[in-house]
Amino acid sequence: MFAFILRRALQAVLVMLVIGLIGFSIQSNIGDPIRPLVGERVTPEERAEMAEKLGLNDPFLVQYGRFIKNAAQGDLGISFIYKKPCTEVILKHAPATLELVFGAALIIVFVSLPLGIYTALKPRTILSKCIMGFSTLGVSIPVFLTGIMLIYIFAVTLGWLPSYGRGETVDLFGNGYWNSGMLTIDGIKHLILPCLSLASIMLPLYIRLIRSEMMEVLETEYIKYSWAKGLSPMRIWLVHAFKNTLLPVITVFGLQIGIMFAFTILTETVFQWQGMGFMFLEAVQRADIALLNAYLVVVATVFVMVNTLVDIFYGLINPTVRITGTK
Amino acid sequence: MAHLLEIHDLDVQFALRNGSITALKDINLTLEKGEKLGLVGESGAGKSVTGFAIINLISKPGYISKGRITFDGEEISALSDEKMRRIRGDKITMIFQDPMMTLNPVFKIGTQMIETLQAHRKISKSDARKIALDKLRKVQIPSPEQRLQQYPHELSGGMRQRIIIAIALLTDPSLIIADEPTTALDVTIQAEIMDLLQELCESDNMSLILITHDLAVVSQVTEKIVVMYAGKIIESGLTHEVIANPQHPYTTGLIKSIPGIIKPGEKLEQIPGMMPTLTKIPPGCAFNPRCNLREDICVKVTPELEEKAAGRLVACHMVKGK
Amino acid sequence: MKQSLRKFKESYFLYSFKRDKVAMASFVALVFFLLLALTAPLISPMNPYDANNIDIMNSEIPPAWNDMGMDEFPLGTDNMGRDMLSTMLYGLRTSIIIGLGAVSLQATIGILMGLSAGYLGGRMDALLMRIADIQFSFPYLMVAILISAIFQLTFGIGRYEELAVPLLIVIIGFAEWPMYARTIRASVMGEKRKEYVEAAKVIGLSRPVIMIRHVLPNSLTSLLVISTIQVANAVMSEAALSFLGLGMPTTKPSLGSLIRSGFDYIFSGSWWITIFPGILLILFVLVINLLGDWLRDVLNPKLYKG
Repeated sequence: MFAFILRRALQAVLVMLVIGLIGFSIQSNIGDPIRPLVGERVTPEERAEMAEKLGLNDPFLVQYGRFIKNAAQGDLGISFIYKKPCTEVILKHAPATLELVFGAALIIVFVSLPLGIYTALKPRTILSKCIMGFSTLGVSIPVFLTGIMLIYIFAVTLGWLPSYGRGETVDLFGNGYWNSGMLTIDGIKHLILPCLSLASIMLPLYIRLIRSEMMEVLETEYIKYSWAKGLSPMRIWLVHAFKNTLLPVITVFGLQIGIMFAFTILTETVFQWQGMGFMFLEAVQRADIALLNAYLVVVATVFVMVNTLVDIFYGLINPTVRITGTK
Repeated sequence: MAHLLEIHDLDVQFALRNGSITALKDINLTLEKGEKLGLVGESGAGKSVTGFAIINLISKPGYISKGRITFDGEEISALSDEKMRRIRGDKITMIFQDPMMTLNPVFKIGTQMIETLQAHRKISKSDARKIALDKLRKVQIPSPEQRLQQYPHELSGGMRQRIIIAIALLTDPSLIIADEPTTALDVTIQAEIMDLLQELCESDNMSLILITHDLAVVSQVTEKIVVMYAGKIIESGLTHEVIANPQHPYTTGLIKSIPGIIKPGEKLEQIPGMMPTLTKIPPGCAFNPRCNLREDICVKVTPELEEKAAGRLVACHMVKGK
Repeated sequence: MKQSLRKFKESYFLYSFKRDKVAMASFVALVFFLLLALTAPLISPMNPYDANNIDIMNSEIPPAWNDMGMDEFPLGTDNMGRDMLSTMLYGLRTSIIIGLGAVSLQATIGILMGLSAGYLGGRMDALLMRIADIQFSFPYLMVAILISAIFQLTFGIGRYEELAVPLLIVIIGFAEWPMYARTIRASVMGEKRKEYVEAAKVIGLSRPVIMIRHVLPNSLTSLLVISTIQVANAVMSEAALSFLGLGMPTTKPSLGSLIRSGFDYIFSGSWWITIFPGILLILFVLVINLLGDWLRDVLNPKLYKG
């Protein structure tokens, strides 16, 4: 078991180093690292001096090493737009995205599981067919369109929910780092539409996944054996079949975290949500290379960590994986 | 005296996209308490379907289209799902072929055993655990406490099958249906498992239906034998009599192809051709294309299962009765 | 050729297709969309890319059935004064070109890599699959956004506009090849062990020939199925990129960029700028998905409908 965890962790570190390399190459080749620090009106001599001081004339590997060291300590450079350390900027924008993703994840779990199980157990009812029909529709609607349509219906036409922004937030730690929208009614109202949009793109996927996995599991010998043992249908479906279905679904979920992140960029744009995605786009539009790069590194790290954790978690609950250490 | 199990004129059909296929036709058999019956035939002959039909667990799209099954005086073929569930796994238990595929890989052995007991009895977990340990010892598994905590893939094939047998014994059933219990096991283990099964049935006076294509095993373990071909019974009688003196040409061919029964030096014979698939059953006697006794009538008229000697039923035109 | 045609006509494939109303309707719709896109320059009332045709005074005119609408702009105009119908048709065309182009690229790369990995096995296989894994673990939308952003920054907006279409094809194409590679590799590994490959080897056919002529056709079914999904994905990705401003520029709008420009106007009442292209996009992708679903059901022998 330990060997398994170790191996996965090493793999993760390797991937992160590679990503760091890519990020750093981008940074050193595009854009001007001095710009955020000084401004426009600077003489060539002063620039050269700055360059020397910052060690910009050192060989590539040395600069890369410095970059990694700094990154490991949390220093990812200075943002051109905000004139503050990138790490700080990202940390301040992160909670908004996290709350969004969390809300969407809740919706996904609580909706896709029952619907997926139901359509697997009773595939021919009208309700099942409707659900599957909706899911095909859902997969065909890009996330930003869902957002726009939700805004149009609920905000513009019906006026029930707000159409942009986070609403009233509460400063959780008193230092401006975590402004949570989940503690006020207004904040929650603002969360509803964006979370629904974000969830909408993944929901159909999960319903179908759970349904198809469960249908496969229901055909296995051991489920047939459970029937022969005379176990109650509830137990067979909700304990046996469910656990066997859950395992592959969890792996997929882990893989999908990355896609969720990508979709937050779209959702945050539609709802003017001041999260990391929004920040990323700003960085792109205003050519803030350092921030862009920092974003890349952070997201990649989170991503790799989540994947590794999911792998390890999977190994914990699926006993057959532990012994061989492979899938 | 009422039989323990009686299958009466059973037909099973499979409903497919373009029509129905008959998988079983006119199956009749009886079983007494403590009796061991062998259900023999090639793959596809319908033996497993018969086994599943008894506990009404035929895979969709199969269904019982005709006939009646009575168990312990009660007609079970028409029971509701809920009532049938109480009999399945309780009074009638089943042993499947491949223990690796039968045990759920993500649950511990203990869980899978205890849940079976709790599904049929109001019993606490610790009491159920005691019974489980008791049965594990009965099937001669070493360190039973440890086994309860293990997962199926951590055990050998023979051990797994013993556990399946133990599970089948948990509720002290009246009838065990064993569907090819040793086919997926190593040859060396096969004999052990069969011996164990036989012992257990005899010591607890349990009935056994042994579904297999292995005539050698049947001849050692069972008292009655039923031979199936293409969904029908073609011969049935007492095991030692049928093996010593087979009447139906198919049965004769089967016996002649067993290495153990034929004396050394004699040639092993083979029945030419193959058993037809259910969609392509020849007219008349289903066996006629492969039969060396075939005559005109065999191609035109389907032979009925008739008593040709005391206690012996044969479905063949060429076999003269009393 | 005649024989193959006859075999096709009698095949289960066609039979199942004719019986499934949804599949037939989707197919008809798809052909319709393709025709629209193909003939866009011919049937559009005007050419939305030609700056001469656009009069900013015409902006934000509602659809013709509205009181304030005008007949020459059946679906209204956008914020720059372009006719919605024409722009949508051209946009559809661009989306389809990018979608098909990207998928062709993905398929080519993916198939080559997958075939090699599957057939050659060993180190080649491990290496290629490692690369695919790393790429797979990265959400491709993000990669696409990043690459697009970098290109815009390095080349500047002007140059970018010229290169937009091929660039998008390349970006989306490169992003998703692992999908194809994995599928075909799995297929190849399955086929590899079959007897006809042994037979071909015995006859003396060389590896590449065996791969292309024998193994590939058998993997075709899985490829077909993912192709439909991938085309839908590619179209949606392009729309997403355009919506973010990283795809097609606003002077040569695709459906995505139309939706983007219309978004700001949804609050001021000019809903048609976003809603119409939105509906068109949804319908198009829906049709592809429905066909893909049907294909998957038909080509998968495991599923019993009895």
